[in-house]
Amino acid sequence: MPVNDRSGIQVTARYFAVFREQAGTTTESLTTQSTTAAELFAEVSGRHGLEDSIALCKVAINDELAGWDQTLSEGDVVLFFPPVAGG
Amino acid sequence: MDERADMLDFEITDRDIDADALQRRLESDRAGAYAAFQGWVRNHNEGRDVDSLEYEAYGPIAVSEGERVLAEALQRFNLLKVAAAHRVGHLQIGDCAVWVGVSAAHRGDAFDGCRYVIDELKSRLPIWKKEHYAGGDSGWINCVTGQPR
Repeated sequence: MPVNDRSGIQVTARYFAVFREQAGTTTESLTTQSTTAAELFAEVSGRHGLEDSIALCKVAINDELAGWDQTLSEGDVVLFFPPVAGG
Repeated sequence: MDERADMLDFEITDRDIDADALQRRLESDRAGAYAAFQGWVRNHNEGRDVDSLEYEAYGPIAVSEGERVLAEALQRFNLLKVAAAHRVGHLQIGDCAVWVGVSAAHRGDAFDGCRYVIDELKSRLPIWKKEHYAGGDSGWINCVTGQPR
């Protein structure tokens, strides 16, 4: 796993449903100092005005559901899911 | 998948759900019970008139997590077979949005397994719905409150 030096790591963030509309984009590439999924969510939700509490949302990394405390690695694709509403 | 592959069947689809075809996949000479659930698009929510519903899913995880739910149900409730399908796209009032069916030797397991599957699918799969209202506006539904946002 790459060490997160001062220059940060490059990741891709993807947004779904209401997050996509609030962010105004489906996908963006980011260079970030965030080391966990939760930190990255705080970073992008502040910038895009994503309104939901982390407790109600889910995150996936590289197409696997993940914990918010999971450590990010260079090149990760991080999927931010707003509260789900199937059925 | 392991030997359970022919015992469970989950799909996300943008076409009409064919309940009869899905039911036939559950047939087994050992089955004494079959239970199914359908979720339909209704014309109101939280006091507002709803014209239609738009469903969005993230397919890769919706499918893998859906299959995980079905595998759990098979094991916990002693089911013979289990199948489920969830729609995506723009649905109209009365359309079937989700279908769940199970077969088991006895009715208790069939009812319980069916209930487990629909409850878990609703809370775990990355699927979202947007209501379109009679007034022409729309809103994403928050599953926790059931309310438009």
